[in-house]
Amino acid sequence: MPTAAWVVIGIVVVLAIILWVLYNGLVRLRNQVKNAWAQIDVQLKRRHDLIPNLVETTKGYMKYERETLEAVTKARTVAQQASSAGAAERAKAEGELSSALSRLLAVVERYPDLKANQDFLALMEQLTSTENKIAFSRQFYNDSVLKYNNQTQMVPSNIVASMFGFKTGEFFEVTVAAEREAPKVSFP
Amino acid sequence: MWEQIRSNQTRSVVLTIGMGVLLVLIGYFLGLYFFNNAIAGLGIALLVWVILSLIAYFQGDSILLGMSGAKKITADDHPRLYNVVEEMKIASGLEKMPDIYIIDDPALNAFATGRDANKASVAITSGLLQKLNRDELQGVIGHEVSHIKNRDVLLMAMCGVLLGTIVILAWYGSRFLFFSGAGSRRGSSRGGGQGQIIILIVALVFLILAPIFAQLIYFAISRKREYLADASSALYTRYPEGLASALEKLAASTDQLRTANQATAPMYIINPFRKRGLSASDLSSTHPPISERIRILRAMAGASFGDYDRAYRDVHRGGAVIPAASLAAVVVPIRTVKLEGEAGELNEVQRARETSDVMWRLHNYSTITCECGAKLRVPPNFRQSQITCPHCGRTHQVR
Repeated sequence: MPTAAWVVIGIVVVLAIILWVLYNGLVRLRNQVKNAWAQIDVQLKRRHDLIPNLVETTKGYMKYERETLEAVTKARTVAQQASSAGAAERAKAEGELSSALSRLLAVVERYPDLKANQDFLALMEQLTSTENKIAFSRQFYNDSVLKYNNQTQMVPSNIVASMFGFKTGEFFEVTVAAEREAPKVSFP
Repeated sequence: MWEQIRSNQTRSVVLTIGMGVLLVLIGYFLGLYFFNNAIAGLGIALLVWVILSLIAYFQGDSILLGMSGAKKITADDHPRLYNVVEEMKIASGLEKMPDIYIIDDPALNAFATGRDANKASVAITSGLLQKLNRDELQGVIGHEVSHIKNRDVLLMAMCGVLLGTIVILAWYGSRFLFFSGAGSRRGSSRGGGQGQIIILIVALVFLILAPIFAQLIYFAISRKREYLADASSALYTRYPEGLASALEKLAASTDQLRTANQATAPMYIINPFRKRGLSASDLSSTHPPISERIRILRAMAGASFGDYDRAYRDVHRGGAVIPAASLAAVVVPIRTVKLEGEAGELNEVQRARETSDVMWRLHNYSTITCECGAKLRVPPNFRQSQITCPHCGRTHQVR
């Protein structure tokens, strides 16, 4: 075979290897994004499950906070309904739930009996941790999406991405204002 | 940002290869001197190394956990610790939850072990567990989980084995040289006077220097991994102050860990043998001085690797700790607002009670809480069906 043919074969093989590596890299990142999303999902569901328990435990102690408790229950229902929606809408509903919860937890400070209750303390640990896990899984999800999106948009992997239809991922942003704002406590 | 940390292992790998070269040279010299055959010496050196490596790879974690008397816990035993580990597992993107162990020891320390991310364990002393609040615990666990995530555990175990092999061979080699080596050579047929003395001197010097060099390389690798784990912990928690404040508490304590030894020292979050008030000299320590680690963490403007690197350079007036490849230009703000749950935060007395409850339970004692508030610890070999509260005299049914 002439040298030219070998050169062509060599180039084709090298291109195939590059394509293979880039494609696998994209698939790995896409799977990581999927897994990270599943993790957020698990944690959000866990929070939904904890809330009826929390409302039940606090109800007996907090006779004058019916509004706060109802707001939490309502936000939970909305968030549960939004769980089949897209990331943006879902993030908004979960953000509402977070702020309703933080209002409730701010009010708890006024009930020392409740704060000494063992069941409540155990429940608080689970809730605290679930909130943290939501934050951390969101953090990891967004980092994964950033990395995946970079790969789908940057040369040379963007060529592979458009060839095989890799779409960019959607960030999970909770409305920052609602989350960062210190909970407002209104005294009756 | 996450995988790129691996590129940093290049430097560690180069250093490890340096240690491997030392091992090969030792084997070569010993073989040449004792058997007139360099290959035989190499063979012995490699055999010792392979055997020790296999033991460390397959049994290392159980040996380490067994030696420290660590007890495995479940989510029910200590929900807070379990939750914090799970939080860090999520933040780091580990796929499998590491096993969690508590060491019943008042000293303050923690370590991670296990040959890969799927078979990893995190251990913490009961002393540390009751001393740290939630944020600080998160910082410490973040540090340990990043040792798992960055694969430091296996790297350090393998380096430790290399070091151990070099030390063992050099120790026996130099003893033989001193006491019998020269004599046995004198009787051999080749016996060429001056050349032999030169070989003897070179071999002796080398046997003395090799373990020292190996140790210095080992320490260099270990310190580098500690800085990296600190940086990763800050990134995972988005809260460098948590780890900084935990390290401050660790630095203030004087208890030495009973169960640590020189071989296992690099596994811990701080050097278990440090002396009080002494910031260990830079070259001969497995860990960077705590005060320096705290200063770097506190100087961070954000929570990214870039921020850690800048803080490191400020404190050291130069140098770099994180390779350029990992420094993606991402802005990672530090968490300013504490996450939910101040209402549920325990104080130090409550944490001490909680931890002691767990320790009794792990030793198979059952606990009966009397109406007067006293807690009766019933040992596992207690045979009677009733027990009297020594505080108020009420009787309780046992189980």
